[in-house]
Amino acid sequence: MATFDLLAQGLLVALQPANLLYALIGVTLGTAVGVLPGIGPALTVALLLPVTYKLDPAGSLIMFAGIYYGGMYGGSTTSILLNTPGESASIVTALEGNKMARQGRGGPALATAAIGSFVAGLIATLGLAFIAPTVVKFALSFGPSEYFALMLLAFMTVSAAFGESTLRGLTALVIGLALGLIGIDQLTGQARLTMGLPNLFDGISVTTLAVALFAIGETLAVVAGHRFGGEKAQAIKGSVMMTRADWKRSWMPWLRGTAIGFPIGAMPAGGADVASFLSYSAERNFSKHPEEFGKGAIEGVAGPEAANNASAAGTLVPLLTLGLPTTATAAIMLAGFQQFGMQPGPLLFVTNAPLVWGLIASLLVANLMLLVLNLPLIGLWVRLLTIPKPWLYAGILVFATLGTIGADGSTSMLGPVPVSFGLGLLLAFGVLGYLLRRFGYPIAPVVVGLILGPMAEKSLRQALQISQGDPMALFHSWIAIALWLLALTALLLPLWLRMRGRGKVLAQLATDED
Amino acid sequence: MKHFFLTTLVSGLLTLSAHAADYKIMAPAAPGGGWDQTARSMQAALQDEGISSNVQVTNVPGAGGTIGLAQFVNQANGDPSQLIVGGYVMVGAILTNNSPVTLEQVTPIARLTGEYEAIVVPAASDIKDMAGLVEKLKADPGSVSWAGGSAGGTDHITAGLIAKAIGVDPTKVNYIAFSGGGEALAAILGNQVTVGISGYGEFAEQVKAGTLRLIGISSDERIEGIDAPTFKEGGADVSIQNWRMVAAAPGITDEQKHAITAEIGKMAKSATWQKTLNDKGWADTFLAGDEFSKQLNKDIESTTVILKEIGLVK
Repeated sequence: MATFDLLAQGLLVALQPANLLYALIGVTLGTAVGVLPGIGPALTVALLLPVTYKLDPAGSLIMFAGIYYGGMYGGSTTSILLNTPGESASIVTALEGNKMARQGRGGPALATAAIGSFVAGLIATLGLAFIAPTVVKFALSFGPSEYFALMLLAFMTVSAAFGESTLRGLTALVIGLALGLIGIDQLTGQARLTMGLPNLFDGISVTTLAVALFAIGETLAVVAGHRFGGEKAQAIKGSVMMTRADWKRSWMPWLRGTAIGFPIGAMPAGGADVASFLSYSAERNFSKHPEEFGKGAIEGVAGPEAANNASAAGTLVPLLTLGLPTTATAAIMLAGFQQFGMQPGPLLFVTNAPLVWGLIASLLVANLMLLVLNLPLIGLWVRLLTIPKPWLYAGILVFATLGTIGADGSTSMLGPVPVSFGLGLLLAFGVLGYLLRRFGYPIAPVVVGLILGPMAEKSLRQALQISQGDPMALFHSWIAIALWLLALTALLLPLWLRMRGRGKVLAQLATDED
Repeated sequence: MKHFFLTTLVSGLLTLSAHAADYKIMAPAAPGGGWDQTARSMQAALQDEGISSNVQVTNVPGAGGTIGLAQFVNQANGDPSQLIVGGYVMVGAILTNNSPVTLEQVTPIARLTGEYEAIVVPAASDIKDMAGLVEKLKADPGSVSWAGGSAGGTDHITAGLIAKAIGVDPTKVNYIAFSGGGEALAAILGNQVTVGISGYGEFAEQVKAGTLRLIGISSDERIEGIDAPTFKEGGADVSIQNWRMVAAAPGITDEQKHAITAEIGKMAKSATWQKTLNDKGWADTFLAGDEFSKQLNKDIESTTVILKEIGLVK
């Protein structure tokens, strides 16, 4: 009961007019940066940190929360409409969402993303308020061997993003895995595949790769394909809003996405991207319309979008209860807390109760505000597709470039010309993205490989190091065993079904194989 | 609200008109990290105290600060208005990354703040104190798994120094590198490892709540407010401080160096800076001039030795 009282008090704090204004500024800024490729919520919060120095603690934390949720929201818009995800958590959204947009169903895709994000944000924020201590216990039971098993399961989802050919999908995945090896090996401190270039010591940034492959690659493909004006974009076909059938197909994925996203966000080495991959594969397995996957299935938008928002709330669980930041944005929010002399940790709920409940309440407010702000805008967003392509893609190029320069401030002089290494990488990977498209290779597995590869390698080596080389340690807990079994099922079940020749879908899949 | 916008506007106008004591501070790290926070706190203190009218912070992240350092050495030469923030982590990164640019190429001004390394065990652990850890390490170093930040970082170096100090081969230390103190903390709380080693701040709240036991701290003497013996008391003669500093450009004159040192000294004593230290829980370990240079050289020397012994530097 005390929890309800505290939450009500928190709502009173969050509903003060000044704080509502901060929430509005936050969600608007957050949505804007989420939409822009390459500029993430982490950078925005960091740049705002010194500004908020002069605000009161409640107001600035509320603004950060707005930016955080807004960023998760905004990323889906460009993913769906332009096939250019603003950040890594929206990559899977592009898979189905963009297909839907190309069929003139951009409206329902955006709507299911917005409502799904709202539902997930609401449930996950309430989860943060009521079951945070339990969730944190579960998240902490994940050690390196459990993470390795989780990564294996996540790899199984990559095959879902392979598109039409397994061989091409695997090739794309291997490119991503190879790129993931670049940089200083965290466990031994040795540089790998860096060719002696200090700029490569920290590895390839996921954002740079994703923005390059999707945004720059897409732009080059549009230019090279002379698609200006030729292919008439279908902005709207049918209703802008979701139909009855859309609702019916969306609500379960929203709930499943939330159930997957929240605990994974709470895990120290989880993250919104991993949660969205897992949700996508879950939807593909559960869907009554698996044949539509890869061609614009609404479940493939609803699930991952709910998962990435739930995961954003999940991240706050270890941050508030343990003082443990698990994402870049959370790390910066932690700096924000400390700026006001609060120390997130096991005692925070006791020592700073009004502020914490104010924050939780303002997350609820920000969530609602986003829905109210975004639903009416959908009609406007889909008109983006009617902007003449040269203008649209020129704009995307400008923002992708600005975002990259903003995130990587390093420049070196090549004669009298200042050169940015990050920008060079962006362009090089952009060309790679074009070539992959040109020859029919899927894009998503490359980015997935870059995200999951290093995580899987690290957890495997950590697990073996802790057990001093005993491989049985990989199966030391029931969680790990359960994850291994799930991963094996995900791998073997389709093979078995195919061997028995069951189902139209699988037969279809089989004929698609190269 | 209104007041806030007004002050921003006014300070914005003021910065346009002044040019005399401008500073450009480089944080060789991404926004949000320790060096970035140091640079931005300096910016606030220098401006609020009226020491400088216009301070800009730029972020050049990468490779333990060595990318920023290289850019600073190449582009700031002889320019007294440019500063760079750095720290002990840079000393190790320069060595392990084989960086072409070193700290000898900049002009060290002052050490601003520092944090001591702490060793913790889960509350239920059978290790009760430093002596218990030393005993276990001597019996079988491999059976003690240490969770800390990246390989070659301050945490790893400290673990190596402790092994060396008690006569255990530093290469036998079973050090599990995590992405940072936070992820290491999760592994300790989840009972995945034997001990955790990181900056005291990473563990402070857990220690207060009683979920972790603090068995030692890397300072020379006991610290007020922290209930733990030093490593030395526990039988491992190691003291180490993960400090942060500010340095000026290479090639500036002695007068310019003295002027900058005086201004930074004034900032370090100011009420704004002291409040920042207090709010963020940063220890005031201010040290300037020759004493700092001496300390810096000593740290570089001992770090080179231990990184070679751990096998990270050839």
